[in-house]
Amino acid sequence: MIEAGLKNELQKQGVYVTSLQELYNWGRANSVWPLTFGLACCAIEMMAASMARFDLARFGAEVFRPSPRQADLMIVAGTVTKKMAPLVVRLYNQMPEPKYVIAMGACAISGGPFKQGYNVLKGVDRYIPVDVAIPGCPPRPEALLHAIMTLQEKILNQKLTGPDRPRHLKAEVEGAYPVPVYGRHDLEPPNNPALWQPPAIKR
Amino acid sequence: MQTAQNSYLVLVLLAVAAVGFAAAPLAMAWAWARFFSPQKPGKDKNAIYECGLEGKGDAWIHFRSEYYLYGIIFLVFDVETIFLLPFAVAFTGLSVGAFVAMIVFLLLLVEGLVWAWRKGILTWK
Ligand code: SF4
Repeated sequence: MIEAGLKNELQKQGVYVTSLQELYNWGRANSVWPLTFGLACCAIEMMAASMARFDLARFGAEVFRPSPRQADLMIVAGTVTKKMAPLVVRLYNQMPEPKYVIAMGACAISGGPFKQGYNVLKGVDRYIPVDVAIPGCPPRPEALLHAIMTLQEKILNQKLTGPDRPRHLKAEVEGAYPVPVYGRHDLEPPNNPALWQPPAIKR
Repeated sequence: MQTAQNSYLVLVLLAVAAVGFAAAPLAMAWAWARFFSPQKPGKDKNAIYECGLEGKGDAWIHFRSEYYLYGIIFLVFDVETIFLLPFAVAFTGLSVGAFVAMIVFLLLLVEGLVWAWRKGILTWK
Protein backbone atom coordinates (compact mmCIF):
# COMPACT_ATOMS: atom_id res chain seq x y z
CA MET A 1 0.00 0.00 0.00
CA ILE A 2 1.53 3.27 -1.11
CA GLU A 3 1.01 6.26 1.16
CA ALA A 4 -0.98 9.24 -0.04
CA GLY A 5 1.84 11.83 0.19
CA LEU A 6 4.26 9.83 -1.91
CA LYS A 7 1.55 9.13 -4.43
CA ASN A 8 0.79 12.83 -4.70
CA GLU A 9 4.48 13.62 -5.15
CA LEU A 10 4.79 11.02 -7.89
CA GLN A 11 1.71 12.31 -9.60
CA LYS A 12 3.25 15.77 -9.85
CA GLN A 13 6.15 14.20 -11.71
CA GLY A 14 3.74 12.49 -14.07
CA VAL A 15 3.93 9.03 -12.55
CA TYR A 16 0.58 7.50 -11.71
CA VAL A 17 0.44 4.58 -9.33
CA THR A 18 -2.63 2.69 -8.27
CA SER A 19 -3.59 -0.47 -6.49
CA LEU A 20 -5.70 -3.29 -7.79
CA GLN A 21 -8.33 -2.40 -5.25
CA GLU A 22 -8.57 1.18 -6.46
CA LEU A 23 -8.70 0.11 -10.08
CA TYR A 24 -11.39 -2.44 -9.38
CA ASN A 25 -13.48 -0.06 -7.33
CA TRP A 26 -13.05 2.68 -9.91
CA GLY A 27 -14.46 0.41 -12.57
CA ARG A 28 -17.27 -0.69 -10.33
CA ALA A 29 -18.22 2.80 -9.20
CA ASN A 30 -18.49 4.08 -12.75
CA SER A 31 -20.77 1.36 -14.02
CA VAL A 32 -23.52 1.12 -11.46
CA TRP A 33 -26.48 -0.29 -13.35
CA PRO A 34 -29.83 0.37 -11.68
CA LEU A 35 -32.85 -1.86 -11.82
CA THR A 36 -35.83 -0.56 -13.81
CA PHE A 37 -38.02 -0.25 -10.82
CA GLY A 38 -40.37 2.60 -10.02
CA LEU A 39 -43.10 2.45 -7.43
CA ALA A 40 -44.76 5.86 -7.41
CA CYS A 41 -44.32 9.53 -8.28
CA CYS A 42 -40.62 9.57 -7.36
CA ALA A 43 -40.03 7.24 -10.31
CA ILE A 44 -40.96 10.09 -12.65
CA GLU A 45 -38.02 12.05 -11.27
CA MET A 46 -35.84 8.97 -11.67
CA MET A 47 -36.86 8.77 -15.32
CA ALA A 48 -36.14 12.46 -15.75
CA ALA A 49 -32.70 11.92 -14.25
CA SER A 50 -31.92 9.30 -16.85
CA MET A 51 -33.00 11.50 -19.75
CA ALA A 52 -30.98 14.03 -21.71
CA ARG A 53 -31.52 17.04 -19.49
CA PHE A 54 -29.98 15.56 -16.36
CA ASP A 55 -28.10 12.79 -18.12
CA LEU A 56 -27.41 10.06 -15.61
CA ALA A 57 -25.12 8.57 -18.26
CA ARG A 58 -22.38 10.94 -17.12
CA PHE A 59 -22.05 8.73 -14.07
CA GLY A 60 -22.24 5.45 -15.94
CA ALA A 61 -25.59 4.67 -14.35
CA GLU A 62 -27.95 5.14 -17.28
CA VAL A 63 -28.24 1.45 -18.15
CA PHE A 64 -31.50 0.62 -16.41
CA ARG A 65 -31.76 -3.15 -16.49
CA PRO A 66 -35.14 -4.84 -16.84
CA SER A 67 -33.96 -7.88 -14.90
CA PRO A 68 -32.51 -8.02 -11.40
CA ARG A 69 -29.91 -10.51 -12.65
CA GLN A 70 -28.04 -7.72 -14.41
CA ALA A 71 -28.54 -4.89 -11.94
CA ASP A 72 -26.21 -3.56 -9.25
CA LEU A 73 -28.39 -0.90 -7.76
CA MET A 74 -31.98 -0.82 -6.63
CA ILE A 75 -33.45 2.67 -6.55
CA VAL A 76 -36.53 2.33 -4.36
CA ALA A 77 -38.34 5.23 -6.02
CA GLY A 78 -41.70 5.67 -4.36
CA THR A 79 -44.20 4.43 -1.86
CA VAL A 80 -43.63 0.85 -0.75
CA THR A 81 -47.04 -0.54 0.10
CA LYS A 82 -47.29 -3.56 2.32
CA LYS A 83 -48.54 -5.52 -0.64
CA MET A 84 -45.45 -4.60 -2.63
CA ALA A 85 -42.89 -5.05 0.15
CA PRO A 86 -42.37 -8.84 -0.27
CA LEU A 87 -41.84 -8.27 -3.98
CA VAL A 88 -39.27 -5.57 -3.30
CA VAL A 89 -37.36 -7.85 -0.94
CA ARG A 90 -37.55 -10.75 -3.40
CA LEU A 91 -36.23 -8.59 -6.22
CA TYR A 92 -33.40 -7.47 -3.97
CA ASN A 93 -32.60 -11.09 -3.18
CA GLN A 94 -32.53 -11.89 -6.87
CA MET A 95 -29.91 -9.27 -7.65
CA PRO A 96 -26.33 -10.55 -7.83
CA GLU A 97 -23.72 -9.32 -5.37
CA PRO A 98 -22.42 -6.67 -4.88
CA LYS A 99 -25.69 -4.79 -4.72
CA TYR A 100 -26.68 -1.41 -3.38
CA VAL A 101 -29.90 0.32 -2.45
CA ILE A 102 -30.89 3.98 -2.74
CA ALA A 103 -34.06 4.90 -0.87
CA MET A 104 -35.42 7.77 -2.93
CA GLY A 105 -37.94 10.12 -1.39
CA ALA A 106 -39.81 10.48 1.85
CA CYS A 107 -41.98 7.45 1.10
CA ALA A 108 -39.13 5.00 0.72
CA ILE A 109 -37.41 6.41 3.80
CA SER A 110 -40.34 6.57 6.20
CA GLY A 111 -43.70 6.25 4.45
CA GLY A 112 -43.72 9.96 3.71
CA PRO A 113 -47.13 11.60 3.32
CA PHE A 114 -48.74 8.19 3.73
CA LYS A 115 -47.01 7.34 6.98
CA GLN A 116 -50.33 7.09 8.81
CA GLY A 117 -51.76 4.81 6.16
CA TYR A 118 -52.64 1.30 7.19
CA ASN A 119 -51.20 -0.17 4.02
CA VAL A 120 -47.89 1.66 3.64
CA LEU A 121 -44.55 0.34 4.78
CA LYS A 122 -42.92 2.93 6.99
CA GLY A 123 -39.49 2.79 5.46
CA VAL A 124 -37.93 0.23 3.18
CA ASP A 125 -34.97 -0.07 5.57
CA ARG A 126 -37.14 -2.34 7.70
CA TYR A 127 -36.44 -5.17 5.27
CA ILE A 128 -33.41 -4.38 3.12
CA PRO A 129 -30.18 -2.49 3.91
CA VAL A 130 -30.25 1.03 2.50
CA ASP A 131 -26.95 2.58 1.44
CA VAL A 132 -28.05 6.10 0.52
CA ALA A 133 -31.28 7.86 1.46
CA ILE A 134 -32.50 10.94 -0.43
CA PRO A 135 -34.98 13.16 1.39
CA GLY A 136 -37.59 15.08 -0.56
CA CYS A 137 -41.07 14.63 -1.94
CA PRO A 138 -40.12 14.12 -4.66
CA PRO A 139 -36.37 14.70 -4.65
CA ARG A 140 -35.17 16.61 -7.69
CA PRO A 141 -33.15 14.69 -10.28
CA GLU A 142 -30.09 16.57 -9.03
CA ALA A 143 -30.65 14.95 -5.64
CA LEU A 144 -30.62 11.54 -7.30
CA LEU A 145 -27.39 12.47 -9.06
CA HIS A 146 -25.96 13.45 -5.71
CA ALA A 147 -27.05 10.12 -4.27
CA ILE A 148 -25.32 8.29 -7.11
CA MET A 149 -22.16 10.29 -6.42
CA THR A 150 -22.40 9.49 -2.73
CA LEU A 151 -22.79 5.83 -3.59
CA GLN A 152 -19.78 6.00 -5.90
CA GLU A 153 -17.74 7.44 -3.05
CA LYS A 154 -18.89 4.61 -0.84
CA ILE A 155 -17.94 2.03 -3.45
CA LEU A 156 -14.54 3.66 -3.98
CA ASN A 157 -13.78 3.34 -0.27
CA GLN A 158 -14.72 -0.31 0.08
CA LYS A 159 -11.93 -2.67 1.01
CA LEU A 160 -11.49 -5.89 -0.87
CA THR A 161 -9.61 -7.71 1.89
CA GLY A 162 -9.38 -7.58 5.65
CA PRO A 163 -11.96 -7.90 8.38
CA ASP A 164 -13.88 -4.74 7.40
CA ARG A 165 -14.52 -5.81 3.83
CA PRO A 166 -18.14 -5.41 2.76
CA ARG A 167 -20.81 -8.02 3.25
CA HIS A 168 -20.72 -9.45 -0.24
CA LEU A 169 -17.10 -10.56 0.09
CA LYS A 170 -17.68 -12.44 3.33
CA ALA A 171 -18.52 -16.03 2.53
CA GLU A 172 -20.21 -16.74 5.84
CA VAL A 173 -22.69 -13.84 5.64
CA GLU A 174 -25.98 -14.73 4.03
CA GLY A 175 -26.70 -12.77 0.83
CA ALA A 176 -30.48 -12.94 0.93
CA TYR A 177 -32.85 -11.27 3.37
CA PRO A 178 -36.00 -13.01 4.59
CA VAL A 179 -39.07 -12.17 2.53
CA PRO A 180 -42.02 -11.10 4.69
CA VAL A 181 -45.36 -12.81 4.20
CA TYR A 182 -48.86 -11.34 4.24
CA GLY A 183 -50.23 -11.80 7.74
CA ARG A 184 -53.67 -11.28 9.12
CA HIS A 185 -53.22 -7.60 9.94
CA ASP A 186 -49.69 -6.74 8.90
CA LEU A 187 -46.65 -8.16 7.23
CA GLU A 188 -45.00 -10.92 9.19
CA PRO A 189 -42.54 -10.14 10.57
CA PRO A 190 -43.32 -6.37 10.59
CA ASN A 191 -39.60 -5.67 10.23
CA ASN A 192 -36.35 -7.56 9.90
CA PRO A 193 -34.99 -7.44 13.46
CA ALA A 194 -31.42 -7.85 12.25
CA LEU A 195 -31.70 -4.64 10.22
CA TRP A 196 -34.12 -2.41 12.06
CA GLN A 197 -35.54 -2.26 15.56
CA PRO A 198 -38.39 0.01 16.59
CA PRO A 199 -37.03 2.84 18.73
CA ALA A 200 -37.49 2.32 22.46
CA ILE A 201 -39.96 4.88 23.85
CA LYS A 202 -38.84 6.43 27.12
CA ARG A 203 -41.64 7.66 29.37
CA MET B 1 6.52 -13.87 -51.88
CA GLN B 2 8.10 -12.66 -48.70
CA THR B 3 5.88 -9.60 -48.44
CA ALA B 4 2.73 -11.61 -49.07
CA GLN B 5 3.57 -13.90 -46.15
CA ASN B 6 4.19 -10.94 -43.90
CA SER B 7 0.83 -9.37 -44.71
CA TYR B 8 -0.93 -12.58 -43.68
CA LEU B 9 1.11 -12.62 -40.48
CA VAL B 10 -0.37 -9.23 -39.64
CA LEU B 11 -3.85 -10.67 -40.04
CA VAL B 12 -3.02 -13.56 -37.72
CA LEU B 13 -1.64 -11.14 -35.14
CA LEU B 14 -4.76 -9.03 -35.41
CA ALA B 15 -6.99 -12.08 -34.94
CA VAL B 16 -5.05 -13.17 -31.87
CA ALA B 17 -5.27 -9.66 -30.42
CA ALA B 18 -9.00 -9.47 -31.15
CA VAL B 19 -9.72 -12.78 -29.48
CA GLY B 20 -7.54 -11.82 -26.54
CA PHE B 21 -9.29 -8.48 -26.21
CA ALA B 22 -12.62 -10.24 -25.90
CA ALA B 23 -11.47 -13.22 -23.85
CA ALA B 24 -9.28 -11.41 -21.30
CA PRO B 25 -12.10 -9.52 -19.51
CA LEU B 26 -14.23 -12.65 -19.53
CA ALA B 27 -11.38 -14.68 -18.04
CA MET B 28 -10.77 -11.98 -15.44
CA ALA B 29 -14.43 -11.94 -14.50
CA TRP B 30 -14.43 -15.71 -14.24
CA ALA B 31 -11.29 -15.72 -12.09
CA TRP B 32 -12.72 -13.01 -9.86
CA ALA B 33 -15.93 -14.93 -9.29
CA ARG B 34 -14.02 -18.16 -8.77
CA PHE B 35 -11.32 -17.03 -6.34
CA PHE B 36 -12.44 -13.87 -4.57
CA SER B 37 -16.14 -13.29 -4.59
CA PRO B 38 -17.98 -15.97 -2.63
CA GLN B 39 -21.05 -17.32 -4.37
CA LYS B 40 -24.30 -17.07 -2.49
CA PRO B 41 -27.03 -18.91 -4.31
CA GLY B 42 -30.35 -19.07 -2.54
CA LYS B 43 -33.95 -20.03 -2.95
CA ASP B 44 -34.98 -16.57 -4.12
CA LYS B 45 -31.93 -15.95 -6.23
CA ASN B 46 -32.31 -19.17 -8.19
CA ALA B 47 -36.04 -18.71 -8.56
CA ILE B 48 -37.69 -17.73 -11.83
CA TYR B 49 -37.87 -13.97 -12.34
CA GLU B 50 -41.53 -12.97 -12.27
CA CYS B 51 -41.24 -9.24 -11.51
CA GLY B 52 -40.87 -10.09 -7.84
CA LEU B 53 -43.83 -12.41 -7.63
CA GLU B 54 -43.43 -16.09 -6.97
CA GLY B 55 -43.66 -18.19 -10.09
CA LYS B 56 -46.90 -20.15 -10.27
CA GLY B 57 -47.38 -23.43 -12.10
CA ASP B 58 -45.45 -24.77 -15.01
CA ALA B 59 -44.48 -23.06 -18.25
CA TRP B 60 -44.98 -26.32 -20.19
CA ILE B 61 -48.75 -26.29 -20.47
CA HIS B 62 -51.08 -27.26 -23.32
CA PHE B 63 -52.86 -24.55 -25.22
CA ARG B 64 -56.28 -25.41 -26.59
CA SER B 65 -56.15 -25.86 -30.33
CA GLU B 66 -59.68 -24.48 -30.59
CA TYR B 67 -58.28 -21.04 -30.16
CA TYR B 68 -56.38 -21.48 -33.40
CA LEU B 69 -59.61 -22.22 -35.30
CA TYR B 70 -61.27 -19.19 -33.74
CA GLY B 71 -58.33 -17.10 -34.87
CA ILE B 72 -58.49 -18.41 -38.44
CA ILE B 73 -62.24 -17.76 -38.74
CA PHE B 74 -61.82 -14.29 -37.33
CA LEU B 75 -59.05 -13.55 -39.77
CA VAL B 76 -61.07 -14.75 -42.76
CA PHE B 77 -63.97 -12.44 -41.95
CA ASP B 78 -61.62 -9.64 -41.07
CA VAL B 79 -60.13 -9.79 -44.55
CA GLU B 80 -63.59 -10.13 -46.05
CA THR B 81 -64.59 -6.75 -44.65
CA ILE B 82 -61.71 -5.17 -46.53
CA PHE B 83 -63.13 -6.61 -49.79
CA LEU B 84 -66.65 -5.60 -48.87
CA LEU B 85 -65.75 -1.95 -48.46
CA PRO B 86 -64.85 -1.18 -52.12
CA PHE B 87 -67.76 -3.43 -53.13
CA ALA B 88 -70.15 -1.24 -51.16
CA VAL B 89 -68.62 1.99 -52.46
CA ALA B 90 -68.84 0.93 -56.12
CA PHE B 91 -72.17 -0.86 -55.67
CA THR B 92 -74.38 1.40 -57.85
CA GLY B 93 -72.04 1.24 -60.82
CA LEU B 94 -71.47 -2.53 -60.82
CA SER B 95 -72.38 -4.89 -63.64
CA VAL B 96 -74.50 -7.97 -62.94
CA GLY B 97 -71.51 -10.25 -63.49
CA ALA B 98 -69.43 -8.46 -60.89
CA PHE B 99 -72.33 -8.55 -58.45
CA VAL B 100 -72.83 -12.29 -58.90
CA ALA B 101 -69.10 -12.91 -58.49
CA MET B 102 -69.08 -11.00 -55.23
CA ILE B 103 -72.14 -12.85 -53.93
CA VAL B 104 -70.49 -16.19 -54.79
CA PHE B 105 -67.41 -15.08 -52.85
CA LEU B 106 -69.56 -14.13 -49.87
CA LEU B 107 -71.54 -17.36 -49.98
CA LEU B 108 -68.33 -19.40 -50.10
CA LEU B 109 -67.16 -17.80 -46.87
CA VAL B 110 -70.57 -18.10 -45.24
CA GLU B 111 -70.61 -21.75 -46.16
CA GLY B 112 -67.32 -22.17 -44.37
CA LEU B 113 -68.79 -20.48 -41.32
CA VAL B 114 -71.83 -22.75 -41.40
CA TRP B 115 -69.55 -25.77 -41.65
CA ALA B 116 -67.52 -24.58 -38.64
CA TRP B 117 -70.65 -23.85 -36.68
CA ARG B 118 -72.14 -27.29 -37.38
CA LYS B 119 -68.90 -28.93 -36.31
CA GLY B 120 -69.33 -27.16 -32.99
CA ILE B 121 -66.12 -25.16 -33.20
CA LEU B 122 -67.81 -21.94 -32.12
CA THR B 123 -68.94 -23.37 -28.77
CA TRP B 124 -66.15 -22.97 -26.24
CA LYS B 125 -65.91 -26.10 -24.16
S1 SF4 C 1 -41.89 10.82 -1.62
FE1 SF4 C 1 -43.49 12.11 -2.46
S2 SF4 C 1 -43.03 12.12 -4.66
FE2 SF4 C 1 -41.93 10.40 -3.78
S3 SF4 C 1 -43.29 8.66 -4.00
FE3 SF4 C 1 -43.67 9.54 -2.00
S4 SF4 C 1 -45.38 10.94 -2.32
FE4 SF4 C 1 -44.53 10.48 -4.32
